[in-house]
Amino acid sequence: MSRLLLIAFDESDLNSCGGFATALGLPYDALLLSGNSTVGGEKIFQAGLTAIPTADTVAGLLAVFVHTYSHVAFVSSMRSKDLAARIAGILDAAMITDAIGIESPTTFLRPMVAGAVIATVDAEPPVFITFRPSNFAPAELTAGTVVPMGIEPAPGSKVVKASAKTAGRPDLSQAKIIVSGGKPLKDAATFETVLGGLADALGGAVGATRAAVDTGIAPNELQVGQTGKIVAPNLYIAAGISGSTQHMAGIKDSKVIVAINKDGDAPIFEVADIGIVADLFDVLPQLQAKLPGARS
Amino acid sequence: MRILIPIKRVVDPYAKVRALPSGEGLDTAGLKFEINPFDEIALEEAVRMKERGEATELIAITIGGSECEEQLRKSLAIGADKAILVETTSALDPSAVSTELAAWAKELQPDLILMGKQGTENDENQTGQRLAAKLDWPQATFASKIEKLASGFQVTRETDLGEEVVEVAQPAVITVDLRLNEPRYIALPGIIKARSKPLERATPKTALTVKVKTRSYANPPARGAGIRVNSVDELVAAIAAKGVL
Repeated sequence: MSRLLLIAFDESDLNSCGGFATALGLPYDALLLSGNSTVGGEKIFQAGLTAIPTADTVAGLLAVFVHTYSHVAFVSSMRSKDLAARIAGILDAAMITDAIGIESPTTFLRPMVAGAVIATVDAEPPVFITFRPSNFAPAELTAGTVVPMGIEPAPGSKVVKASAKTAGRPDLSQAKIIVSGGKPLKDAATFETVLGGLADALGGAVGATRAAVDTGIAPNELQVGQTGKIVAPNLYIAAGISGSTQHMAGIKDSKVIVAINKDGDAPIFEVADIGIVADLFDVLPQLQAKLPGARS
Repeated sequence: MRILIPIKRVVDPYAKVRALPSGEGLDTAGLKFEINPFDEIALEEAVRMKERGEATELIAITIGGSECEEQLRKSLAIGADKAILVETTSALDPSAVSTELAAWAKELQPDLILMGKQGTENDENQTGQRLAAKLDWPQATFASKIEKLASGFQVTRETDLGEEVVEVAQPAVITVDLRLNEPRYIALPGIIKARSKPLERATPKTALTVKVKTRSYANPPARGAGIRVNSVDELVAAIAAKGVL
């Protein structure tokens, strides 16, 4: 029997699942590892975990739980890839990473070579999928019956310390506006003042290039690109970003890309909707003062 | 401690790669092939562990055609003690590769499998986790720092929220991220010198059954270049006109 199980780490994941579930078109249930929801599918299994255990400690149990489903889907993220591939390995099941389209329940589209090529792939159920929510039109999940579920982690890798979710700015992968910067931002304080200032004024998120992260200007969770976060905001402001293939892989589904760069030959201008050859330190503060709707 | 380092041959990660007009594959004509950059970082880390006296033997392993010898020779030049080329011309996927690697791990009995978090060609990010699952070993993915403990490892992992420190007992699978280290540069003499190190050619131990088949490859629609503006006022007007604020 064809049936989809959506696995969400928390409610924010679940909010991104409606479009995918609708596009796949199969009856579905949801498993929410932490948090609460009354929408999610016919059955909403709630594990109520306060901290998400490491993948190797829960994959065995989840493999048993999911084995009756033909499709098991997660929002693409580092933690979902960590867990989904482990469960798929236990079950020897197919897995599609970063699905961006569905042709049928056995045929999917996915990007490869940093998004330079789109592959059409076939997989027989059971199939595990991590999908990019920005490629599926938002849709509501159906309301259902909440079913409490116990998850008892098995022995395995142990978390000693973890970064906490920072409040304030929206999550990069869900932000409508992103102000992003590269190495020309010089240091962490300048990055925060200049980029963060404009982002906050617009109610947006802050992103960074790999070079900015590698040089310690920005924390790693802000990295946008092939190996960082894939984003698709309505507005992506790229300040001092030359536009490597790897960075472009993470931003090309943005609705409007604005490039601000001193180098008029920077490749970012080839994909930007609006470009200005100028110093970001001149432009960004003025944008903060002049853009309609920006809070000063 | 013995470390097994799976190495993947990939098309030059810095080249612009396109799909063939026929849609049957990637157009790699005239392009170089390299060690997957994440695997090179894994190998570099293994070499450093050996230099620190934490590891005694480093084995690089590749599943693929005879052309992969080039990347294994380079792995030997970087510091692997021995290389194994499991020869096949079959199409592979993370399921087939992890199943085959698991069979080799059972024979070679490494204390650690250190590998890239993903290959830059397929960007799938599955093989390490699947391999750990098949071996029923603990896993630590996206490693940005690895410290040896008495009988395991403390691994700093990059996460969606920042960082996380985990402890894993050995044997374990650790997949590595970009910021773990900066691989050393290997000059040509080093590659020539590595010719005396053993490179074993072997036949697959498993059926190499794939679960995902690629039907076709296509180039995504290109984003057209937009407009250039000359002043901040024009920029503000152009952004406002897009209706995205």
